[in-house]
Amino acid sequence: MSIDALAVRLRAEMSPDQVLTDRQQLRTYECDGLAHYRVIPALVALPHTAGEVAAVVRACAEAGVPFVARGSGTGLSGGALPHAAGVLIVTSQLREILSLRPEDERAVVQPGVVNLQVSTVSKEHGYYYAPDPSSQQICSIGGNVAENAGGAHCLKYGFTTNHVTGLEVVTPDGDLVRLGGAAPDTPGYDLLGAFVGSEGTLGVATEVTVRLTRLPETVRTLLAAFHGTDQAGAATSAIIAAGVVPAAIEMMDALSIEAAEAAVHCGYPAGAGAVLIVELDGPSAEVAAQFDEVSRLCAENGAFETRVAADDDERQLIWRGRKSAFAAVGRISPDYIVQDGVIPRTALPEVLRRIDEVASSHGVRVANVFHAGDGNLHPLVLFDARVRGEEDRAETVSGAIIDLCIEYGGSITGEHGVGVEKAHYMPRMFSDTDLDTMQLVRCAFDPGGLANPGKIFPTPRLCGERPGRRSGPHPLQESGVAEIF
Amino acid sequence: MSVLDDLAVKAGDDDVVCGVPARFVAAPASTEEAAALIAAARDLTVVIRGGGTKLQYGPPPRDLDLIIDTRRLAGVVEHAAGDLITVARAGTPMADLHALPGQQLALDAPPTATAGGAVSANASGPRRLRYGTARDLLIGVTVVRPDGRIARAGGKVVKNVAGYDLGKLYTGAQGTLGLITECVFRLHPVPLDTAFVRATAPPTAVAKILAAQLAPSAVEIDAGPGAPPEIAVLVEGTEQGVRDRAATLARLLDGEVTDLPPSWWDTPPWPPGGLGLKLTGVLSAVPALVEAVTAAGGTVRGAAATGVLHAGFPAGAPAGIPEIVDGLRAAATRAGGHAVVLTAPGEVSDGLDMWGPVPGLELMRRVKDQFDPDHRFAPGRFVGGI
Repeated sequence: MSIDALAVRLRAEMSPDQVLTDRQQLRTYECDGLAHYRVIPALVALPHTAGEVAAVVRACAEAGVPFVARGSGTGLSGGALPHAAGVLIVTSQLREILSLRPEDERAVVQPGVVNLQVSTVSKEHGYYYAPDPSSQQICSIGGNVAENAGGAHCLKYGFTTNHVTGLEVVTPDGDLVRLGGAAPDTPGYDLLGAFVGSEGTLGVATEVTVRLTRLPETVRTLLAAFHGTDQAGAATSAIIAAGVVPAAIEMMDALSIEAAEAAVHCGYPAGAGAVLIVELDGPSAEVAAQFDEVSRLCAENGAFETRVAADDDERQLIWRGRKSAFAAVGRISPDYIVQDGVIPRTALPEVLRRIDEVASSHGVRVANVFHAGDGNLHPLVLFDARVRGEEDRAETVSGAIIDLCIEYGGSITGEHGVGVEKAHYMPRMFSDTDLDTMQLVRCAFDPGGLANPGKIFPTPRLCGERPGRRSGPHPLQESGVAEIF
Repeated sequence: MSVLDDLAVKAGDDDVVCGVPARFVAAPASTEEAAALIAAARDLTVVIRGGGTKLQYGPPPRDLDLIIDTRRLAGVVEHAAGDLITVARAGTPMADLHALPGQQLALDAPPTATAGGAVSANASGPRRLRYGTARDLLIGVTVVRPDGRIARAGGKVVKNVAGYDLGKLYTGAQGTLGLITECVFRLHPVPLDTAFVRATAPPTAVAKILAAQLAPSAVEIDAGPGAPPEIAVLVEGTEQGVRDRAATLARLLDGEVTDLPPSWWDTPPWPPGGLGLKLTGVLSAVPALVEAVTAAGGTVRGAAATGVLHAGFPAGAPAGIPEIVDGLRAAATRAGGHAVVLTAPGEVSDGLDMWGPVPGLELMRRVKDQFDPDHRFAPGRFVGGI
């Protein structure tokens, strides 16, 4: 079936204004947060209900047309990058909170609901939704599910996967299926666990049951300034070694502090080579004891100034510098790459030194902002695209940082996802069999390979065939959906 | 001579799974040896055995040639204290992982259970309220697939979204998708202090506990026919914090603070040979679930503040068992959860629907077909006859 025929069918099944084929309108959707990858989709569908999502996917399945789901489009690995010959399913019209049950510590929301909104409506009942990616004011829960979104506070509270108990999904066949539920431990395979973080390659979530977390009695936030990242890293290790699990430990280096000051005037201590933001939350009696311990450990490891947020406003001020850091880097560099990698936290000082060496040897500046508590680095590799060769050098440094993460036994991505950006790194972290095994799941859900093809896996697996036993071209290959190298 | 001849020995009298005797037993000592064994055993049906603490749960295998015993596949490979992780071979006893220096794998399972077994059976206990379950604590896994190939997923860092999270798929899969040979777990510090608060209180008191700002690590209930229900709460933290919070809790529940848990803490409520079920539901439905069990003459126990309970009925009078299961399943469905039969007297287990309705069963069958197309691993022991 051609895209034109698909458009006719979808306009009949939904309303005509929910189907876009005009090139100018389609261009609105050509990229997600990874803006230097751009593909104009063949068609954009704007379903209003789960039934309409299912209808779109079923039409795609019958026509053999690939489809990509998109929430708010804030993803940083190109997970929602459209397919040129495919349908982009935008879930932002599905934005209702279907139920809020603090007594069950659950909310049921549609995928287009914005992350922060769940916390906002839960707050008056004494609850919130714990995963807090930096984009939480705009990113959608559906996108969070696809990417297994994290955030500053996942050190203590875990990731999206720990806070989603049930899903309604449209499978790549177009069927509506429930995975998990409101209660824990649904019998059978934990397909919910496999689905969360599968980056849209196993289907489209149309309803999400999330766990609500009790608002802590006390939150205390401390900003400690150090002369360098070595000391701040040592303080981080000391805090963890002391058995304290803060809600968050964030680190910024001199260059990212400089950028944040320029952008939001956060007023961090002058002359700091690194700052740590440590947040503790929980019962007041516990937090008080741990706070003293953390302050002492920071001082012992060379903190020359420590500030404690006296109230919510001061806490916001401390966080403003950190949360604005990505955007703030625009003040000191016309272009930059946001990297996302993970290392064991004990390797932090060593890896930072090696990043510095690599950056210096290529004449590239790297600003480091990261979730120090869980070893999740976000180096910002600065360049000026107008200067010949700078972008290539930045790409080289960015790739070298990922290689360092692998070398130290970490991961190529802690929260941004693999998407299109890092699919080619997957074979450096995983063996052929590891990737083949992941794709067994893909084959169970999506034997036709139509759900977000080209993401995560550098080469698609041919489903229903045992390796080495097939002959002739695969139907996917013939139809141009997949290429085999 | 093949690996199979090398490793497999004739099964003994104890090598029986739910009444089905095995023909052979093999105990590989490494992932590579296990892979060679499984590759060589491609015509055999297989059941995996760890500590055997939950081996007799669930229905019998349709067929059983070979028991793969993980007891030689044991030992902590790495304990990176600064990174709060450990790498353990599948056959490592949970006792070893509960007592790492200064740290712990905070997963409640019998000390003689193995790491791989606890993951495969999705074991959990009282502390799941604070620390979550195996799906939350397993961050990396090595598996030998039914075709004998070795596959890893996840890694050694907690924060990691590279590729599918297959650890969650293997968790609770009961060995139907392959043999777990190595696990990487997230660890937690051993708390500086702990206290228990015990009280005679109705299940509705659980909501009061959760509404208070006391961050308990476990809230357990124990109720049986003819006795008032008891609630026990575990508090962990700093010395001063634990003392303050436990005192507040004791006042709230009109209970007492103790150093040790009650004798029923983290023990199943069914006697040997009895009927045991796992019941789940949303939090607000826990009182109704408790009532449903006690009204049916059973004992109910479990993590009331998470919505996961266990129900036990004595052996004898097996004629009433299908009715009990139907009744509790209806109650669990009303509670938004499930009633799963873990163990039942042999004479009734044959005709019993152990799981009830399972959402997504068709997709689960497709997953099984991909991983184990010949259905050799624990055939018939999982949901829907998988």
